[in-house]
Amino acid sequence: MLSSDKKWEPRIIAFFCNWCTYTAADLAGVSRLKYAPNVRVIRVMCSGRVDPQFILHVFASGADGVLIGGCHPGDCHYSEGNYKMLRRFMLLKRMLKKMGIEEDRCRLEWISAAEGEKVKSVINDMVEKVRKLGPLGIPKRISKIDKEIKIIEKEINPEEAVEHA
Amino acid sequence: MPDKPKIGFYWCASCGGCEESVVDLAEDILMVTGAVDIVFWPVAMDFKKSDVEKMDDGSILATMVNGAIRTSEQEEMARLIRRKSKIVIAYGSCAHLGGIPSLANEFEKAEILKYIYSDAPSVINKEETYPLTEFKHNGRYVTLPVFRNIVRTLDQVIDVDYYLPGCPPTPKLLKQAVLTLLSGELPPKGAVLAPDYALCEECPRKKTKPDNVSFTQFVKPHMMLIDKEKCLLAQGVICMGPATRAGCEALCINGNMPCSGCFGPTSRVKDQGAKILSSICSNIEAKSEDEIDTLLNGIPDPVGTFYRYGLAASLLRKKIQEGK
Amino acid sequence: MYSTNGNNIPRIGFYICHCGHNIASIVDVVEVQKYAATLPGVTVSRDYKYMCSDPGQELIQQDIKEHNLNRIVVASCSPLLHEHTFRLAAEKAGLNPYYFHMVNVRENVSWVHDNKEQATEKAKDLARAAIKRVFFHKPLEKKTVQIKPDVLIVGGGIAGIHSALTIANAGKHVYLVEREPTIGGHMAMFDKTFPTLDCAACILTPKMSAVKSHPNITLWTYSEVEKIDGFVGNYKATIKRKPRYVNEELCVGCLDCIEACIYKEAKYPDEFNLGLSKRKPIYIPFPQATPQVVLFDPETCIDFKSHRCKKTCIEACERNAIDLKQTAKFEEIEVGTVIISTGFKTYDPKLSPQYGYGKLPNVYTSLEIERLVNASGPTAGEVVTRDGKKPESVGIIHCVGSRDEKSNKWCSRVCCMYSLKLAHLIKEHTGAEVYNFYIDMRTPGKGYEEFYDKFMNEGVHFIRGRVAEVTDWALVPEEENKLTIRVEDTLIGVVRRIPVDMVVLSVGLEPREDASEIRRMFNISCSSEGFFLERHPKLAPVNTFTDGIFIAGACQGPKDIPDTVAQAGAAAEALSLISAGKIELEPNTAQVIEKYCSGCKSCIPLCPYTAISFKEDIKKAYINEALCKGCGTCVAACPSGSITQNMFEDEQIFSEIEGLLKFAGIELEEKEVEHA
Ligand SMILES: Cc1cc2nc3c(=O)[nH]c(=O)nc-3n(C[C@H](O)[C@H](O)[C@H](O)COP(=O)(O)OP(=O)(O)OC[C@H]3O[C@@H](n4cnc5c(N)ncnc54)[C@H](O)[C@@H]3O)c2cc1C
Ligand code: SF4
Ligand code: FES
Repeated sequence: MLSSDKKWEPRIIAFFCNWCTYTAADLAGVSRLKYAPNVRVIRVMCSGRVDPQFILHVFASGADGVLIGGCHPGDCHYSEGNYKMLRRFMLLKRMLKKMGIEEDRCRLEWISAAEGEKVKSVINDMVEKVRKLGPLGIPKRISKIDKEIKIIEKEINPEEAVEHA
Repeated sequence: MPDKPKIGFYWCASCGGCEESVVDLAEDILMVTGAVDIVFWPVAMDFKKSDVEKMDDGSILATMVNGAIRTSEQEEMARLIRRKSKIVIAYGSCAHLGGIPSLANEFEKAEILKYIYSDAPSVINKEETYPLTEFKHNGRYVTLPVFRNIVRTLDQVIDVDYYLPGCPPTPKLLKQAVLTLLSGELPPKGAVLAPDYALCEECPRKKTKPDNVSFTQFVKPHMMLIDKEKCLLAQGVICMGPATRAGCEALCINGNMPCSGCFGPTSRVKDQGAKILSSICSNIEAKSEDEIDTLLNGIPDPVGTFYRYGLAASLLRKKIQEGK
Repeated sequence: MYSTNGNNIPRIGFYICHCGHNIASIVDVVEVQKYAATLPGVTVSRDYKYMCSDPGQELIQQDIKEHNLNRIVVASCSPLLHEHTFRLAAEKAGLNPYYFHMVNVRENVSWVHDNKEQATEKAKDLARAAIKRVFFHKPLEKKTVQIKPDVLIVGGGIAGIHSALTIANAGKHVYLVEREPTIGGHMAMFDKTFPTLDCAACILTPKMSAVKSHPNITLWTYSEVEKIDGFVGNYKATIKRKPRYVNEELCVGCLDCIEACIYKEAKYPDEFNLGLSKRKPIYIPFPQATPQVVLFDPETCIDFKSHRCKKTCIEACERNAIDLKQTAKFEEIEVGTVIISTGFKTYDPKLSPQYGYGKLPNVYTSLEIERLVNASGPTAGEVVTRDGKKPESVGIIHCVGSRDEKSNKWCSRVCCMYSLKLAHLIKEHTGAEVYNFYIDMRTPGKGYEEFYDKFMNEGVHFIRGRVAEVTDWALVPEEENKLTIRVEDTLIGVVRRIPVDMVVLSVGLEPREDASEIRRMFNISCSSEGFFLERHPKLAPVNTFTDGIFIAGACQGPKDIPDTVAQAGAAAEALSLISAGKIELEPNTAQVIEKYCSGCKSCIPLCPYTAISFKEDIKKAYINEALCKGCGTCVAACPSGSITQNMFEDEQIFSEIEGLLKFAGIELEEKEVEHA
């Protein structure tokens, strides 16, 4: 957990498809490319498996950004999973915008198995952009708002309430 | 004669339709009143808060609370009801998921107050007077409930035992719920008292849905003459049916209008809007970003469309305020 | 069948690997280990030098037995590398292998970060996510499929030929599909091959005939794979056999028809000789072409254009083999495995205009020279310039289209060696002075350095430097009517101008133009240069990421013939699959939960394998597990959450997300954490 005394660091969750982007991340590793340590990868078989619920859940659980990596159009191991993701992503992005989540916090990238270098540049770029935006911190915001109902819980005293009426 | 089980009804931030729906039980209401004592129902009978406060804790078998929670007064009442009732049922979409009122979560409290008390075209308020929660008049304090920063579902404020979905719940579901309560064979806590599959299952137009919807356009219901027989999605009209719990017996569809999702998601779904978005978008025909973009213009208000009854219960709950 | 070790309360064993220093030098593995020990459900937490070693695996197995573990998490390298190893280890100890989950702290952490503290934090997050995830793991049954014994080989160069013979000799049936009218590939064009300078034809021709006559090989030349569907062990392919306008069964290659063609003189550029000679509209690529069957070029044959030819060829054919009405034939085959051996193409030197190829007639590519020095080539082995003169001096320019930011960055591996070979052959055929212009001499390989030494002593000149240009603009009389090569000789540090009669460009090796289409068709990947990507350069060099599809030869990257033949390892891999008879597939398939499905049909069109159908009797969707390949697209799109996918269930992914961001305390019925 992020403790408040530590300097805030962007937290990004990535969903990488097994066949292209995950393999590219492995390649980046084998090539010893160095990139920002702010991204945690969840492996899925295809970007088509990425349910928009996952993305919202990531935000709602406290991440500052979500990165989705799939094969280039036409290259999906399952032929068109990435197109399905693209379409969802495009509407989701509009929706996130309406909900006040900045565009740079949610990103879809096509990264082929050979593009270890791209894994590095995309991650570095995204981390920088999210760093500029600052923390999203949804759980913190909600718990702050929810303090307003904690107060009443303390204040209510049934006896007094009866007198009042 | 032994005491009949006690039942209560209460409303919070709601339109009153849920209360109507109780009356919609028609002659069945006699069955209900015969079987139970209604001990609290401010909208229909003269009960005071103090009457409830005087009751023993847990003495009401079940209270059906409708409406979302926006003010401190609603919170207070919800808590009181919780203490006095063995079972609390969130009645209707607003209590269940936030309902239409929770679309207000797209705005900040200050924005809302400003609009209502100064900017709305019908308002004349040159002095910029805003309501106060506390006000001293002739040496006496007058208080008003606090308007909270966010609209909440009932279960975001108190513990809820069951949910009766719908805007409003149908008399049939209500009757079933009452019978279940009386039977003593209670479903597991947290259950939504409606089927756990999506509306398509009971939709009269199910057979007209093609195997491949493949969207090439989205239209809003007022923009076309809707074929009365054919699946609405097949006509390019956004219908929430596939992502919405069944139980209403396709009331809107029978009125030739698309389902707008008031029964909420099935138990396996965390976020109804995300799911319908996923299913609809996956089936868009276009492949190029430009074409997809143009097509998506047919859904100009995705939040209002996909979360019409459930923004408070959605994963994001509220629009993020700019800045920290 | 497997023990669940008592109950469903997770008893997790967590292991983090040092991987020597690979992980431990950046990630504080002991700290991660200690941290994991504090997490709910973790019964045993250990760190170990090499988890994948036998003792590492035994450690897990012992703990499973001793501590009744029912979930295993290993944090080490990429799951693409060792997931299988650890699953097997768990299975051997009686645990269902799908109770295992792997955390990648090497490729995803230690190799890509250098801040120890942050890397350790990341490793902890990943470990926590996995620990949380395994709570929701379920025992799964492995899915096995039968392997059809037949093999499809695409591309009949030396790689395809050698693989075909290996498999056929092992008694399995091979379909060898070659796009050109003959097999042989590039090797068939050479006269001699380095390093032994043995005659290429003497090695290749017998192999080609063996392919043709082998009872276990069906050879389809002038053919292409049109379509392929299915999955490992069970591929269905459609092969398009282009019309030769000659019945292959009847033609015996007597070539009487060619003789009889009303074109008395050959008139059209001969593809096999790279346009250095001419052929008739009916032709055979080269004398040893296999199969020995002629073909028509409808573009040039008069009868195809006007239908008014006398058709002397038809008259000449005693066996009535000519059939001008022939159309493409489609063959449907079922195979279990595929070897792709489509080879390479050479760099087009027109893209490096400074060398004058295409403008200056006496600038040749190395491939053209291969034909010129070839005894059965267009000049019967005589090396002459386009004006028919014997060159007195020849310059060979290395690395054309290789090791160059502007064209291809890679070294094509064979050019130094074949340039030496050509230098020797040209010298042998013409006695000319030969200059080799090289950047570095690269001759690694058995006997290769010796090969180089030999020609240095033979009097071939070697000039170190990248050639700036080839020009016919004479500055001094000696350069008149010559091609002048301008180069900085970096060994002596001066710019030199060397006039020659003939220039040979040692063009590099590139992926074939259609490599990308082939890759898509067969669902494999390419590396950034465009050559096909192997699953792992050392552990699985001929495997691809698609099970049952293998690669061999220069389609994987520049290679000489010995290395190409060594890659007949692809054949061995295919054979080992075939002899196993079956393969285990990941059981990551999707299912519709029938009682919840509302029959909305949203999923049906989404499946790329048409695995999802609508059951009319119950009005619900149904997934045919045999067809599902587990992409999960339908799962993500099911609007009522009524489709689940094994190994990637919603709950599992949600818990992974929560684990990454925090541990949302899972309530254990009994908390029994014994620290080991
Ligand atoms: C000028 C030159 C000289 C060389 N000299 C030597 C030497 O002396 N010694 C040595 O060891 N190496 C030499 N090499 C390297 C040698 O050519 C390669 O190692 C060898 O040819 C690789 O064989 P292959 O079967 O992988 O590819 P290829 O020889 O390219 O064969 C591929 C075959 O696949 C077919 N094909 C391609 N696409 C398809 C498709 N889609 N469908 C069906 N069929 C298809 C092609 O028609 C071809 O027949 C030389 C290379 C060059 C360029
Ligand atoms: S998981 Fe993918 S392959 Fe399997 S049924 Fe669903 S869409 Fe088809
Ligand atoms: S497999 Fe990579 S996006 Fe589908």
